[in-house]
Amino acid sequence: MSTTAVDTVHNAPATFYCAEEPAAHNGSLLGFWLYLMSDCFVFASLFACNAVLGTSYAGGPTAAQALDLPGLAVNTALLLVSSVTFGFAMLEMAREQKGAMLGWLAVSGLLAAAFVGLEIHEFLGMIADGAGPGRSAFLSSFFTLVGTHGLHVTVGILWLIVLMVQSAKYGLNEANVRRLRCLSMFWHFLDLIWVGVFSYVYLAGVLR
Amino acid sequence: MNHASASGGSAAHGDGSMHAHQGTLRSYLTGFVLAAILTVIPFWLVMDHVIASRNLAIFVVLALAVVQIFVHIIYFLHLDFRSEDGWNMMSFIFTAVLVVIVLGASIWVMFEENANMMPMSPPPSVQQPHPPPNP
Repeated sequence: MSTTAVDTVHNAPATFYCAEEPAAHNGSLLGFWLYLMSDCFVFASLFACNAVLGTSYAGGPTAAQALDLPGLAVNTALLLVSSVTFGFAMLEMAREQKGAMLGWLAVSGLLAAAFVGLEIHEFLGMIADGAGPGRSAFLSSFFTLVGTHGLHVTVGILWLIVLMVQSAKYGLNEANVRRLRCLSMFWHFLDLIWVGVFSYVYLAGVLR
Repeated sequence: MNHASASGGSAAHGDGSMHAHQGTLRSYLTGFVLAAILTVIPFWLVMDHVIASRNLAIFVVLALAVVQIFVHIIYFLHLDFRSEDGWNMMSFIFTAVLVVIVLGASIWVMFEENANMMPMSPPPSVQQPHPPPNP
């Protein structure tokens, strides 16, 4: 960007030079942000599928019959609190308090694990009631979208465990701080997607 | 000379963006309170059947979701025009525009397709040669 200059003054032949490493100073953070933006497209297409197929019940259970709103409220609260406790961990990281940071990371991980556990419980209950993903187009799109989000959260928990071990063993060095920042973005991003899931798929789905 | 000042400026921006991603206790707590309020309202609207009009209720729920998404972006993801020299914001706006096109156009096209589809089974009025008179 600003380290590369192009000389086009006085119609002189263009001169390109780049005196230093062309990689951006915070390349990982920008690159990870771009990954999250591409992940938005994955979820956007799944949301579009759900919008189109959301009322194709094929004589099976409707959204109002199949979905459990009190369970959803608990899940939403778990994920939101987990997002905030991850923020607290980032604040402790900035103050270089490794022990406190690991504690908040553990709290965030446990909350997210409870979220995934409740979601699996909900899925198994729906399948046992004959509302599995094969029952109707609505349920196929529901399981695909919510399941993709749950898979992201599960991978996030694995990543969290790896980074907790890394930080405990090697300390808050530059590489670990960078990795934790990326995971922090991932964590908040998944909570953001969940806002769309509970509002659109569950609440609006029950209404329509 | 020119190059030196350019790279110096770049480094300063880079350091600034390192801190741009960090929130404060205040920003996380503000975000949490706002997100909690914006979550409780739609749950209450739907579970207590507050709004009689179905379409209005859906609209309100989705509008609150959009507001909450912006709360998350500002208070949790700390997105602003400064982070990464503005590239985070540019890529976000680009993504938002494409997502709106993908979602909006898909829903529009599929809705029209559905509305213009030949009915799979004849509507009830065709099946009944003598519909009951309207009371």
